Amino acid sequence: MSILEVDNLTVKLPDGADRPFAIEGVTLHVDKGEILCVVGESGSGKSVTAFSVMGLADKRALTPVSGAIRLDGEDILNATDARLRKLRGEKMGMIFQEPMTALNPVLRVGDQISEMLEIHTNMSQSQRKERVIAAMNDVSLPDPEKMYRSYPHQLSGGQRQRIMIAMALTLEPQLLIADEPTTALDVTTQAQILALIKDIQKRKGMGVMFITHDFGVVAEIADRVAVMKYGQIVEQGTVDEVLHAPKDDYTKMLIAAVPSMTPPKREPATGDKALSTDDLVKVYGTPGLLGTGRVVKAVQEVDLTVRRGETLGIVGESGSGKSTVARCIMRLIDPTSGEVLINGENIATLKEGQLRPHRRDIQIVFQDPYRSLNPRRTVGQSIVEGPMNYGISAAQAHERAAELMRVVGLSPDALDRFPHQFSGGQRQRICIARALAMEPMILIADEAVSALDVSVQAQVLDLLDDVRQKFDLAMLFITHDLRVAAQICDRILVMNKGEVVETGPTADVYANPQHEYTRALLKAAPGAAL
Amino acid sequence: MTRYITMRVLSTIPVMILVALFVFLMLRLAPGDPASVIAGDYATAEDVERIREQLGLSDPIVVQFVRWVGSLAQGNLGVSIFSGKPVTELIGQRLEPTLLLALTTITFAVAVAVPLGTLAAFRSGSLIDRFVMLFSVSGFSIPAFVMGYILIYVFAMQLQILPVQGYKSPFTEGIGPFFYHITLPSLTLSVIFIALIARMTRASVIEVLEEDYIRTARAKGQSEFKILMRHGLRNAAVPVVTVIGIGIALLLGGVVVTESVFNIPGLGRLVLDAVLARDYPIIQGLILFFSFIYIFINLLIDLSYTLLDPRIRY
Amino acid sequence: MSDQATLPTEPTAAAEAAKDISLARIALRNRGVFWGGAILILIALFAVFGPFFTLDPMELNPTNRLKPPGGAGTFGTDMLGRDVYSRVVSGARVSLIVGLVVAVVAVAVGLFLGLIAGYIRLADALIMRLMDGLMSIPAILLAIALIALSGATLGTVVLAIVIPEIPRVVRLVRSVVLTVREEPYVEAAISAGTRVPTILVRHVLPNTIAPLIVQATYICGSAMLTESILGFLGAGIPPEIPSWGNIMSEGRTFFQLTPWIIFFPGICLAVTVLAVNVVGDGLRDTLDPRIARNMR
Repeated sequence: MSILEVDNLTVKLPDGADRPFAIEGVTLHVDKGEILCVVGESGSGKSVTAFSVMGLADKRALTPVSGAIRLDGEDILNATDARLRKLRGEKMGMIFQEPMTALNPVLRVGDQISEMLEIHTNMSQSQRKERVIAAMNDVSLPDPEKMYRSYPHQLSGGQRQRIMIAMALTLEPQLLIADEPTTALDVTTQAQILALIKDIQKRKGMGVMFITHDFGVVAEIADRVAVMKYGQIVEQGTVDEVLHAPKDDYTKMLIAAVPSMTPPKREPATGDKALSTDDLVKVYGTPGLLGTGRVVKAVQEVDLTVRRGETLGIVGESGSGKSTVARCIMRLIDPTSGEVLINGENIATLKEGQLRPHRRDIQIVFQDPYRSLNPRRTVGQSIVEGPMNYGISAAQAHERAAELMRVVGLSPDALDRFPHQFSGGQRQRICIARALAMEPMILIADEAVSALDVSVQAQVLDLLDDVRQKFDLAMLFITHDLRVAAQICDRILVMNKGEVVETGPTADVYANPQHEYTRALLKAAPGAAL
Repeated sequence: MTRYITMRVLSTIPVMILVALFVFLMLRLAPGDPASVIAGDYATAEDVERIREQLGLSDPIVVQFVRWVGSLAQGNLGVSIFSGKPVTELIGQRLEPTLLLALTTITFAVAVAVPLGTLAAFRSGSLIDRFVMLFSVSGFSIPAFVMGYILIYVFAMQLQILPVQGYKSPFTEGIGPFFYHITLPSLTLSVIFIALIARMTRASVIEVLEEDYIRTARAKGQSEFKILMRHGLRNAAVPVVTVIGIGIALLLGGVVVTESVFNIPGLGRLVLDAVLARDYPIIQGLILFFSFIYIFINLLIDLSYTLLDPRIRY
Repeated sequence: MSDQATLPTEPTAAAEAAKDISLARIALRNRGVFWGGAILILIALFAVFGPFFTLDPMELNPTNRLKPPGGAGTFGTDMLGRDVYSRVVSGARVSLIVGLVVAVVAVAVGLFLGLIAGYIRLADALIMRLMDGLMSIPAILLAIALIALSGATLGTVVLAIVIPEIPRVVRLVRSVVLTVREEPYVEAAISAGTRVPTILVRHVLPNTIAPLIVQATYICGSAMLTESILGFLGAGIPPEIPSWGNIMSEGRTFFQLTPWIIFFPGICLAVTVLAVNVVGDGLRDTLDPRIARNMR
């Protein structure tokens, strides 16, 4: 028995958009007691589908032009606003990607859950409070009485998402719509939230429509899967069918692009030591009377070594200090103490003037492809900026830029264009070319593929591995993604709360993790079966 | 929390010292000999010398500053050159009309502007919204005194329902005459304030209504009006309150003009009379007085953030 | 799906160069910018060429005093028999000059200080405390005091109006700098060995232009208002120069008898400032919607 039926739904985009329809002819259903994963890359229309069901799609931009949505047999598209408001909360609830912004920052979380009861029931205040506490217990929040009075910023990301789930499920709706609910969370938290959603769904026998881009998550949670591409569903079936015997080429490509959790065998690197740190420490805030009152030890006594031709991965969750290490090495921030040795010379305490000659040796590629290039300057100008700082003539620099564009798989003709004319993946290629233009010895990739769709991610990873070999680079690869790390790193270093907890050859660490935290991390990685 | 309050209170001290230094240097570094500027064009050498002595202008500048700040710290703003009375006493005599004018203006402006701006944001793009925006941009474009004369022309000269000028104290002459006389000046002064606050309220509410938690409230099935009241207004409050604080400077400046147009015997008139008479201790004292009020009000506003937004807590 | 296969095809170096021009065109498509701009051009034409076609604004005509509009002159005459229309037309020059000069000077000084404050931490604390101090002195009072001290000339009046406007520009520029310097592309430039002055000019400065243009129009409007208020209070430009503020100041005594002496220049001033502000709002909406809420 279906709780939700979407029948041949087409939603029009405003004139002038890059395509006429946000979604086109989408047909799917969610049964009671099952989880349907709608999976796709950015722009596939998966979120538009979810928001259309809730009646929350932006009415000015998105107009349903044909098809139907039926919730428990009731037509949603033609429901009155008042009826739709009643259905939201009572019959369907929704949770979102970013639990921090999805909660009102100035209201206590208990009151925000209680609002649901205020809208839809006639309960007294004490009855409501009782129900809210029960709902909070249901999602395993510790000490609900106390947490009732907390504000969102006082909770962790996982706790906030639990609050959202408690809120969406207070009135026991038959349908839960989850829009990438674990994407903003750390991997260990993600595992807990996924388990919670699955558990509650089983207990209450409700239907769940789960939007995600991550096949690992699909493998963990889905009963059935619908794969979307450019606003259409290209394949639908049970989770086993889709994951293990995909029929559609696009689905096959997507699944093949998911990096494996099993590291390939790699020979230990023997090149010269290019980069090392010795007792690297970064402390934020100054202690004492005049200080800010809070001191955060972001990085504590980190020692690492990277040889030429080798990739060292730093793996950790948010707040682990992994990016801070990279920024200290780049001297974008000043380390509090310790040494950063490049080719044996300590650059940790050099003044900007003395540092400049060393900047050539060490380059970085950042996470966000949309902010890494100055939008006002052509790609060519961005690439030649560095070499020309070091006295290379414009002609030579441009020649080299053209060459590097070919290396990263782009046409040299594109040098005269501006960043906004390129896709995210292309921009990351340009950023790699910009880094290579300096002829560095060391390349740092700070979550360089994290913002990319999985199909593009695989290509950029290949490129990074290629250039490492071609230019004999020492590469420091910073990531939160254990799958990506498994594929590209020779050795990895696991960080937690500013400290290195484990280090070793990638294959050894994955096969036989020594530290408890590493084990938890590997266990939490979704889709072990994939 | 206590730490935040302490730090914020302490942070006003350097600003106050800077303002004092600025006001002090303004007089000392102005082109020409301040004593002879003050004495005027027809003064004799003895007059100039007398004023120089009176202001202590012959001592080294650092000594002058320290002495001046020292007396400031004791609440002494100096002595008027012409009347010989302490500036604090003169301020005390003229404080009431200015204070009441400012209070009625702020109250009226906030009471009108916040609902207006909220309505405009809630019905963004509608006729009401356009009207509010048009009113707001016009309010910024008409000088207060022109506004004052337009109001006098309409209400006092043509309709003859309100007086042309003057001030009646509510304490000695009663509340009725007070409002009868304060209405036009207060309206005049509030126009720019209403424009300012309505505009900020609108912008702030529009921005808040785009937030994710508004979408969450919709997903709960909450009605649009209640979303606005419950989730919109409080989150939009901080920028609005901030702009009210900044507007205080505008208000204090506007007081001078308005009191001049309506012939109200307040601090604004005191400034103007002092400028015409070149009575520098009064000018100096009044600038300091107004600045300290501004700093104090903005301190209170900053502290009020902790009530409006639980995230601001140290 | 290969992301290499979809290289953009249009040759757009030229298109991009044309973008700045088309930006002006887009701005003009905004009704506020178009109509406000049209009115301003009209007023500017009057200010530049008008005085050649009017009577001498200084000429006294004792037999023709306080005449109502329509008779002796389009806008009537003042208490010395001078032609109000001629005086209002020459007053436009003063207002426009003051507005423009104040906007340019305030933006230039504010930009310089803001860049320094945003990029050099030591200077930041000092400059921002100074700006806090300046901001806490009511602008009109500060201007009155400055003028009273240094004598009323066009130069001192402009200076007295500029100084209180500077903190707003500094704050704006500084906030842009603080945001931009966190951008990865700026960090990439640092990593590429680009020196600080070059980074400021090449990567930071261009981001301040759109908000500064908007801010400059607001300052221009506010400066014209302040100038007229100073004139009205008798603390502005020397009374022999017929600025709108001065004309209105002289009209005060006889307001109940001859309200037009205040109303005509008052309306001209309001229309001019309104046009400037409408252009400013239009530019803000088109050039940089992000900064919309930070303005005023």
